[in-house]
Amino acid sequence: MIDAHENAAKRGRQAYNFAYLDEQSKRMIRRCILKAMAVPGLQVPFGSREMPLAYGWGTGGIQVTASVIGPNDTLKVIDQGADDATNAVSIRRFFKRVAGIETTEKTDAATIIQTRHRVPETPLREGQVIVYQVPSPEPLRSLEPRESETRKMHAYAEYGLMSVQLYEDIARFGHIATAHSYPVMTHGRYLMSPSPIPKFDNPKIANSPAIQLYGAGREKRIYAVPPYTRVQNLDFEDHPFRVQKWRHCCSLCGASDSYLDEIVVNDSGQRMFVCSDTDYCATRRDQGHVGPEGEGRAPFGSLPNSKTE
Amino acid sequence: MAYVAVKGGEQAILNSHRLIAEDRRGDPEVPELTVSQIAEQLGLAVDRVMCEGSVYDRELAALALKQAQGDAVEAIFLLRAFRTTLPRFAVSNAIETDRMAIQRRISATFKDVPGGQVLGSTYEYTHRLLDFDLLDNADAEVTRAELAATPLDANCPRAFDSISDEGLIEAEVPAPGKASVFDLTREPLALPAGRDQRLQNLARGDEGFVVGLAYSALRGYGAAHPYVGETRVGDVAIEVVPEELGFPVSIGDITVTECQMLDLFAGSDDEPARFTRGYGLSFGKSERKAMGMAIVDRSLRSREYGEDVKYPAQDEEFVLSHTDNLEAAGFVSHLTLPHYVDFQGDLQFIRQLREEQVGSPSTKEAAE
Repeated sequence: MIDAHENAAKRGRQAYNFAYLDEQSKRMIRRCILKAMAVPGLQVPFGSREMPLAYGWGTGGIQVTASVIGPNDTLKVIDQGADDATNAVSIRRFFKRVAGIETTEKTDAATIIQTRHRVPETPLREGQVIVYQVPSPEPLRSLEPRESETRKMHAYAEYGLMSVQLYEDIARFGHIATAHSYPVMTHGRYLMSPSPIPKFDNPKIANSPAIQLYGAGREKRIYAVPPYTRVQNLDFEDHPFRVQKWRHCCSLCGASDSYLDEIVVNDSGQRMFVCSDTDYCATRRDQGHVGPEGEGRAPFGSLPNSKTE
Repeated sequence: MAYVAVKGGEQAILNSHRLIAEDRRGDPEVPELTVSQIAEQLGLAVDRVMCEGSVYDRELAALALKQAQGDAVEAIFLLRAFRTTLPRFAVSNAIETDRMAIQRRISATFKDVPGGQVLGSTYEYTHRLLDFDLLDNADAEVTRAELAATPLDANCPRAFDSISDEGLIEAEVPAPGKASVFDLTREPLALPAGRDQRLQNLARGDEGFVVGLAYSALRGYGAAHPYVGETRVGDVAIEVVPEELGFPVSIGDITVTECQMLDLFAGSDDEPARFTRGYGLSFGKSERKAMGMAIVDRSLRSREYGEDVKYPAQDEEFVLSHTDNLEAAGFVSHLTLPHYVDFQGDLQFIRQLREEQVGSPSTKEAAE
């Protein structure tokens, strides 16, 4: 019994395979990625593996990243735009540990960016891969809970239901009531969920020079948008697609073109607005941009600070 | 014959008891687990048993787990059966979760909130890699966490209080004209159920089932789009007001997990758009349970908000009748009891039906 324990302990201390997954699993995932790239927006089923973090926390993204990452890659992980969010830190640590690769917080410096809920403000370029963590890949799920039905709807490109939903929103609210996961048509064929990014980020998906991969671990689907692919936001001629706008600029860096988070500052409910993209905000401040509350104010715990690594 | 069967049955039962005792003890060469070891080192299992057993007592819950070989539902059964025998000497005041010695507090709605985010002890950011070092006994010094320089504020406001002020979140108001709370442990479920019944039912409900229902509501068989307004874990004081004194007296602290979910409600003819609430509370550290409960609670309020009731998680009768794991397990396991008589009846009936439909089975086979 004691021997068995010692052997097990020894086994546990041995190194894991590069990027955690075994080579066969990675090969299976890469094949699915190739298929997904060949048919933009198609949800390709894949044999999702149990990963050492909970479903819904980025298992799909991690498997995709693990399958495409190489020893010379530089990885950036963001969560809600932030590099310092706990989940981003945790996933970055994971890859540092199991792949020994370089990591960065700079959008420019990364070859692979794994993201939850945001597309970086800094435009991506050719050669970069952005991996989205996707909780719900099926854009029709809220309209039809049955997978057997939604697969048929995709097969026949039968997307009238979604248009009806958007129309009902307009009839009821006067505008389309979807602020994130705003549905898109990819390459004129497949209705696709852009993952729960705010619709603010949707325009960044279209015609992007970067490879965009979407991994849904729990739902066991991979899909992709290859570089320079047409991606249209569903809308109507008289109700065109529009993104969110703020009356404020970023309190710290003064940016008026970025997605802003609302921060409660004190018990009396005062707010400030700051860039959700921490790298973008820090870079701007390093360049000398200052927002209305950019200097002389002690930053809060998880707010972006301007120190460079 | 009948006499022999009864005697044989008695012997079988006695032997079965001996077998359980032997199974439970396992290899006598391995030292026996103590109840305090279970209470200290299998804390989350103990918390679940306390929550669904509806008794806050770590020692009893640990004892139940030891006796049940770690089977949570069996341990809950033991604890509930014991609970039945306890007299009720008082009803406490409602606990004040605003005043809590906080161990963990997370809000997913605002990036930074007054009072701060407190990660506390959670498996969430551990990578789920087997820790083979645990095969050996850990050194107590190594496992000690570093303490913060200053203690947390004991009066930590709700993370979303500031937007509550704008009326963007529904206000929590007690149901009108209700002096006392329904007690599901003493009265049968009454439908349609008030929220007090529902919350009690869910608090005692099977964690797996409640979380499964919550998952179905999130995944598409429901209309849930919730945010964790706040999840907090910590110790709260239990106060009772003895009749002879007339003022509250603290009788001890308990650890609870509380979850407030905010769910987008797009408004109706009578009500403006706002965030509505789902609520979850569990004994000890049982975050999965409290969150599942909060999602199901909100799903069950569909009718209240004029939403279509289409899915299991929104159907009050369906949910409330099936949450209790003792009821469920008991009814499923009763199938191992003899059903000789009813089966004989059904067998006869099927024979009769077949004869009426296709002629006697034996003649049909012969014809083929």
